[in-house]
Parts: sequence; C-alpha cells; structure tokens
Amino acid sequence: MERRLMKGNEAIGEAAIAAGCRYFFGYPITPQNELPEYMARRLPEVGGVYLQAESEVSAINMVYGAAGAGARVMTSSSSPGISLKQEGLSYIAGAELPCVVVNMVRGGPGLGGIQPAQSDYFQATKGGGHGDYHLLVLAPASVQELVNLVREAFDLADKYRNPVMILGDGVLGQMMEPVTIADPVPVASLPAKPWATTGAQDRPANLINSLYIDPLELSAHNAKLIAKYERMAREELRFERYCADDAEILLVAYGITARICRTVVDLGRQAGLKLGLFRPISLFPFPYAPLADLIAEVGVNKVICVEMSAGQLVEDVRLAVEGRVPTVLYGYPGGVVPLPAEILSRIKGEGGANGVRRS
Amino acid sequence: MLHEIISAGFGGQGVLLVGQTLAYAGMLEGKEVSWYPSYGPEMRGGTANCTTVISTGPIGSPVVSNPTALVAMNQPSLEKFLPTVKPGGVVVYDQSLVSSNPALLRSDVKMIGVEAQQIAARLGNSKVANIILLGALVKAAEPVSLTAVQEALKMVLPVRRHNLLPLNYAALARGAEIVA
Amino acid sequence: MSAGRERLVAGYPESLTEQAFHYCPGCTHGIAHRLVAEALDALGLRERTIGVASVGCSVFAYNYFNCDMQQAAHGRAPAVATGIKRVLPDAVVFTYQGDGDLASIGTAEIVHAAARGENITVIFINNTNYGMTGGQMAPTTLIGQKTTTTPLGRVAENNGYPIRMAEMLATLDGPAYIARVSLHNAQAVVQAGRSIKKAFQAQLERAGFSMVEVLSTCPTNWGMTPVKALEHLEKVVAEYYRVGVLVDRTKEVAG
Repeated sequence: MERRLMKGNEAIGEAAIAAGCRYFFGYPITPQNELPEYMARRLPEVGGVYLQAESEVSAINMVYGAAGAGARVMTSSSSPGISLKQEGLSYIAGAELPCVVVNMVRGGPGLGGIQPAQSDYFQATKGGGHGDYHLLVLAPASVQELVNLVREAFDLADKYRNPVMILGDGVLGQMMEPVTIADPVPVASLPAKPWATTGAQDRPANLINSLYIDPLELSAHNAKLIAKYERMAREELRFERYCADDAEILLVAYGITARICRTVVDLGRQAGLKLGLFRPISLFPFPYAPLADLIAEVGVNKVICVEMSAGQLVEDVRLAVEGRVPTVLYGYPGGVVPLPAEILSRIKGEGGANGVRRS
Repeated sequence: MLHEIISAGFGGQGVLLVGQTLAYAGMLEGKEVSWYPSYGPEMRGGTANCTTVISTGPIGSPVVSNPTALVAMNQPSLEKFLPTVKPGGVVVYDQSLVSSNPALLRSDVKMIGVEAQQIAARLGNSKVANIILLGALVKAAEPVSLTAVQEALKMVLPVRRHNLLPLNYAALARGAEIVA
Repeated sequence: MSAGRERLVAGYPESLTEQAFHYCPGCTHGIAHRLVAEALDALGLRERTIGVASVGCSVFAYNYFNCDMQQAAHGRAPAVATGIKRVLPDAVVFTYQGDGDLASIGTAEIVHAAARGENITVIFINNTNYGMTGGQMAPTTLIGQKTTTTPLGRVAENNGYPIRMAEMLATLDGPAYIARVSLHNAQAVVQAGRSIKKAFQAQLERAGFSMVEVLSTCPTNWGMTPVKALEHLEKVVAEYYRVGVLVDRTKEVAG
C-alpha cells in the first residue's frame, strides 16, 4: 500500500472517508482547521457533504440528525469547541447514536491557548455533559495510529451505537508522518441500521429520542447504557507496554506525551535507569486491570504519570495502582510540550515541578 | 541512525519547507520520519520553526530537546536553538542575515555560515536561500541523500511550480558545494 | 338520504397516531398537529417524512405524529433537521417548535437554517410564553403581558421588546416561503391549513426554507377560558403579530 506523508488532521479526513464517512459538520477553531478544510475539499469528490455550521452547538446537532438518519458522520473541534458540543454529545449518547468526534486538545481553561495540551481528559472520559454516560475514547500517539483508530472508531460507534471520541492534541494534528490508509470500505457493505429514521415505509415509525419522563423507564434506559459501558470495558481495552518487563520506574502517559516518554525511557536506560512505559490507548474504557497487573508482575517501585495537564490522567492511574506503590504526577499544563531531557532530569531528581517549565 | 533537525527563521522564508523536504526525502529512503511545525499567530510574520526527525528505527518524541542539526535563517533562531544543539552536531546559518557575533558561535559543533541571500540573488531568485541552506545541511550532516532531496522537492513543490525545479536543484547543488 | 350517497367529509388523519393529546383543555397545539398531519396526508408524504420534535409543550410530538421522528435538544431542531436533510435529500423533513425554543434559545439555529435556504419546513407555534415550564416570559411575550417572570407585565425598559420572527427571517434571501397564520376561529384554521400545505409543497419543489408561524393560545398560562383565549388571540396577539404571507418565492422556482 502507498505510504504518504500526511498531516495528522488531514490523515483523519482521508481515514474517515475510507471508513465510509460521507458527512462532516464543522466549525473553525485552531488547531484542527486542516481537518474541516480537507473535508470541504474531499467530501464533494466522493458524493458526500461538508457543511460549516453556525456554531459547534449546531454542528453537533447536525451530527445528531445525520447519525439518526443512519449515516456515518463526523465532526471535529478543539477544547473550547468541545465544551460547546457537550450538550449535543449527551443527547447523542442518550439517544444511542453512532458518530465520531475528533478533539485536538489545546490548553485551557477559558479561551486558554492554542498550543498542544491534554487538559480535556476529564471532559472526554468522564461523560463531559449532563447525565450518566460515557464516550468511547481513543488516544492515538502517531499519525498512523490516528488513521487506524479513526477507521476503528466508526466500527465501534456502530457496534455500540455510541459516540466515539478521538482524543488528540495540537502536536498530533499538526505533525506529518508517513501513513498508509487501508482500502475504502464499500459504503454498501456498512452495517444496516433498521432503527434509523429514513421514512416509515412498510414498517412502524422509528423514533430517535433521549427523553424518558417516567423515572422507571429512565432508570431502565440507564441500566442498558451501563451494561453497554461494561461490555466496552470487557472488549475494548487497548494499551501498550514499552520496556516494561523489568521496569523499576513505570511512566504512564497517553497520546503524544507517551511518544515523548518513549524517548525518555530510551535515554534513561542509556543512563542505567530501569524505566518502562505503560500507554493507555483506550482512555474510556481505561485499562485499570492491565496496569495493575503490570505493577504486580514486574516489581515496579514507583509510578510516574506524565500528562500535559494539571492532574487528570493521574486520577485513573491512582485508581489502578490502589496505593500499592507511590504514584507521582509530572503535569505540564498550559500548552507546554515537555521535552524528553526535562522529564529525564526530573526523574533523576534534578528539579522540575508540576506546572512549571524548566527552560 | 537518528537525525533530529530544527529548521527556524522568519515566517515566509521557507523554513517549514526545508523540514518537510527532509521528511519526504527520508520517507523515500524507507526511513521513519516525523515533521512537527510551530503553529499559531507566530507564523504570521513572526518566527517559525519545525522539527524533523529521521530515523532507521521507530521515532519516539517528535519534539526534541537537543537536535543533531540546526538550520537557522535569522538571528533570533540562531540565538534560541544554537545552545541546544548536541555536541558534534551541525549548524547551518544564513550569514547574510545573522550578525557574526563571535560570542554566539560554538566550537564543539560544526558551524557553517552561508551567504545564502547573495547566492540566491546571483541564481536569480532570493526565495531559494532556504534550499541553498538545505543543500549545505544535507552535505554536512547527511541525514538523507541529495538524490532523495531532489525527488522530495517534486513532492513538496506543487505541480504548478515544477517549472522552478531546475532553479531549486541549482540552489541545492550550490549549497552542497560550499560544504565540499 | 340513501347509503349510496354517503361520503366521508372528515376522518382521522393517517399521519397522526391514536395517542390522545396531553395538551391542556383549549390549547390549540392539537389543531396545529392535525393541520400538519392533514397536509402530509394530502400530499401523500407520511412514509417519507421525518419530523423533529423540540423542547417545550410539544416535546412529546413524536407520540402523536405517525411518521419517523427525532427529538432534538432545546432550540436545536433546525440543526438536527439539517443533518437529516443532508443525508436524505429526498425525504421530507419538518421541525415543530415553540416560541421559547425557536425565538430564544434557538435563534442561531433558525436564522442560519433560513439563511442557508435549508430545504426543510418549520412549524413555529407562537403562544407568547413558555408553556411547558409554567408560563414564563418568552421573547414573544407582548408588552404588558403578565407571566410568572413578569408578574407586573412585560416592561420594555427591563425586558426589551417582543420579536417578530417571521418578519425577521423574511429579510433573508434563503427562505422560499414564510407565512404567519392564527388559529382563533374556523376560517383562520382553514387558512392555516392551506399555508402549512403550501410550506410542504415548497419543500417538495426544493424551493428552500419554509416556515409557518402559527399564533396559538395558552389558556392555562394566560389565565383565560378557552373561548376568551381565542378572542385574545384574535384581538390582541394577532394585532401585534399580523397574519399573512411574508415571503413566497415558490412561483419563481416553479416558473
């Protein structure tokens, strides 16, 4: 297959089209604009529709309508825009509609900044909007993995009738790497959606809805959703271990930070430190047991959670570690991408603090 | 083999193109590559930079603390990144745009000053100063072959600009000659 | 009169389910539902129609319309309808929204759907208050009108002025058909039915965005008997919100 050098944001677009996505509802925000721009160029060529909505709020509700009509559909944004989409995501999760949402995270809170960050971990993995629900969240660490997970995301969205979020960051969206994109799925071969609202011809009318006014009915609906999330936790755990088999100090990081930590592990091992890396790829469901097992298995004596945020991922890491070994946070919020050398010197006890860039 | 190259200068000088060309060339040689640009308001008239990593093995961090090579097209870029270059690394800079302050220079890296603006002007187009520096870098640091760079330029330049390929090849060769 | 000369002059619309309405006594939502259903029946559209219910008294509209339905978040029905229509351009897509939904929280969505000339039909029920939540002030509440959040009556200095949505949207180039109708008496209801049918026809012609603003009563929250509410609708509400056709570009397209 052809190997192409592509920007992360553009590669998402091509991977989505290959996965059978023909509808994209966008709204501009840095650092993800290359994706809607790519879709605006490419979708008309494959008989699809790109539409720029009047707001992120509208865009996610257009996704709701299109997903309810049975289409493979996508939207993308970055942190402040994702906050605006949370209302729609709650409705989409409640109405059990499949769709894929890309979040190229930037620093916050508020308008924050435009540089890469991971400070949307909470709003991605913990529901984000109102009500008891979860998105299935996948965090790629390379452009090729981004492409592979976008393809998978559409299948998982259909499998669970649940929104799937690709959680990236400014680095992943802006960087170029060689990728191969798998052959397009024939749109005709996509799973049938007999529940979709396509016109009630020769069948009873279909309804896409998240309203259950009777508390007993709503609690039954909640139970159904919970069972779905439990199934995800059984079937969709994704993670990677790097140099972990004899690690004494285990780094835990996802996305681009995990890439950086991989270099830290290499540098540390050259310097005689037994470093290892655990990288969650599915952030919801979070691989609690595989992380706990690893720690028990190999005699890790310290866990370091490295994230480009002020302590979000570390909460799940601590839930997995359950106090068995000390777990510390190296947090780099604000759009500061930690460099391998600065993480390593902090491991060596040469300084560095959460939220403070050594420069 | 691991090359970590930072290319930096003012927006509009073509520093991102230098990095992209290196990345394409690496990919054409079957290597692992990554290219990461600075982005945001600094792009518009301010300073721009990008990091290109070329490796025979999987690439860890696409952002680097200590590059093996630096292409600097202005004074602030040289001041910012020169201290970070690994000892034994290669630094190519545009001498026409950088004041030769001896305090700036390092003796533990290979410093290559190139009168890129003047050479580009003599070639008839000041816009190829970046390609001259690229030629010098490729010759001095050998992250990829000059042939691969020539092929890569065909991919980086849009087809409607392919009439400029001979000029770019000439600029590449002139840059390489300076190092030879 | 012999059996042979009997003919059906009124029936139950196929596009309505048999579910009894939950609306308050005297509320005109039921009439508006029926007019929509009759238009779908008359044009033979039920099996290719997708309706979008909004948030407000008509939130349960999906229980009453016997066609595929989606229930939308508050104010977002035009965006949801846009998503459906872009996927299914041959389907007939309508929203059914109240004045709090359309004229307050959903102004961005309705303005931009209209500006895009989105080929959908909007049924906009204007009863000058938030009925579902207990009769609070709406953007359409008249000056002087008492609501639970304007207990002394709406005062322009504090609450601003009512919005005439039909006129506002009529300034745009996207709409193909915009009309305001009222349900205060039988004659008005017949006229309302014609306008609603016309709006769906505009969509079938792919002429662009169509909307019918339906002036409606809310006897419960207005604190009036149903009959008094109908009088109020005719004499007071329709005085401020004048009925009529504001945009009709359907002929241009047809011609």
